[in-house]
Amino acid sequence: MTMSDAAIYKGSHQVIPTVNPVYAQRRKFRVDGEHQVLWNLLDSVYDPELPGLTIWDLGVLQDVRKQDDTCIVVITPTYSGCPAVDTMKQDIISALNDAGYQQVKVEVALAPAWGTDMISPAGKQQLSSLHIAPPQEDDQPNCPVCGSSNTTVLSQFGSTACKALHQCRDCFEAFDYFKRI
Amino acid sequence: MNNTIKSNEQSPLYRFVLGLADDSVVLSHRLSEWCSNAPYLEEDIALSNIALDYVGRARMFYQYAAEVEGKGRSEDDLAYLRSEREFTNLLIHELPKGDFGFTMVRQFLLDAFYNLYLTQLVDSKDETIAAIAAKAIKETRYHLKRSEPWIRQLSEGTEESRSRIVRALEELKDFVGEMFLMEEWETSLVEQGIAIDRAALQPDWDRYIQGFLGESGIEFGDAQLQIRGGRNGIHTEHLGHMLSEMQYLQRTHPGMEW
Repeated sequence: MTMSDAAIYKGSHQVIPTVNPVYAQRRKFRVDGEHQVLWNLLDSVYDPELPGLTIWDLGVLQDVRKQDDTCIVVITPTYSGCPAVDTMKQDIISALNDAGYQQVKVEVALAPAWGTDMISPAGKQQLSSLHIAPPQEDDQPNCPVCGSSNTTVLSQFGSTACKALHQCRDCFEAFDYFKRI
Repeated sequence: MNNTIKSNEQSPLYRFVLGLADDSVVLSHRLSEWCSNAPYLEEDIALSNIALDYVGRARMFYQYAAEVEGKGRSEDDLAYLRSEREFTNLLIHELPKGDFGFTMVRQFLLDAFYNLYLTQLVDSKDETIAAIAAKAIKETRYHLKRSEPWIRQLSEGTEESRSRIVRALEELKDFVGEMFLMEEWETSLVEQGIAIDRAALQPDWDRYIQGFLGESGIEFGDAQLQIRGGRNGIHTEHLGHMLSEMQYLQRTHPGMEW
């Protein structure tokens, strides 16, 4: 169990029923990985535009390897043109440098294509607590503020490429919805 | 003529990937021209975000084209330091953005095309191309989900909005045929399982477009080849002007970075 997964068991009122197979596979890959220290260190790297969401929780972090003295970190960008990738690269290098790993290489992999199923349960809950509705099967999010299902689309794109702008018809709050892809 | 001789020396794979990159970067620039100019804020954000998706797509294809070419050129060299005659995008991408109706009609026609095209390209035997297509198809499906209701709304809105949709379709109809025109080097890649036979996509595209527009009482004939040349570097008068703006910074301050 990773630090971030543990958070969802800590008496939260919001129950996340099942772990989807895509995430389950990612998590198994991580747990079986050789370099647990590095995986855990990278839990301190956050998405620059989604505060509180680590690159693991977002599903961007794919693999951590070592080649001689070099740490190789593999990430997959969310959207093709996501401008946050360069910042993430820098943050990954800094995080490992600070822990004493001087040789760090970040590889951007095209496959597997990122999808919202890669987001961890803790990540989805973190989105909710930021008042960003997490991705839904039917693209019909509940209001992250009051919980109402009576919501409508204001704009198919929001503050970043990965979000759409919705509004609650009950509490009138406008909120970001993390689009399912 | 020099360009023709030069392009004959290029490998089919390089020309194929470069064409896809040029399609994406040129459309991206046209969409980005709406930034701060769209009818209202939400549309401004949406069109800019779609432009961003296409920039991302262009970067992946340019990076791969540069690797395939193997002459040490970078993605930026390919995007910013080639001349108009060296660009090989299909012409429909380079037409000026026009009014909002024109932009949305072009986007709708292209989204429908890419939806068919990328769905097949994900099975390319070239792993990099397949991976890029797998990312791009997710974005294209979302774009189509957005352009469909716009076309419906504008077609069935006011007389003014409908007339603009009809006019845009009229202006674009001469350019859709080229989307289904195969080039020799591309056909050789189809045989190797790397490229897709675009010509074979046409019946499905025609049926979908005609069906969708037909529901709003708008007729649109089968795509016919009228104007061609993009893949061979022969462009409309618009591309040169567009590139002079797009490439200005790198031409004036070579190697400049943000």
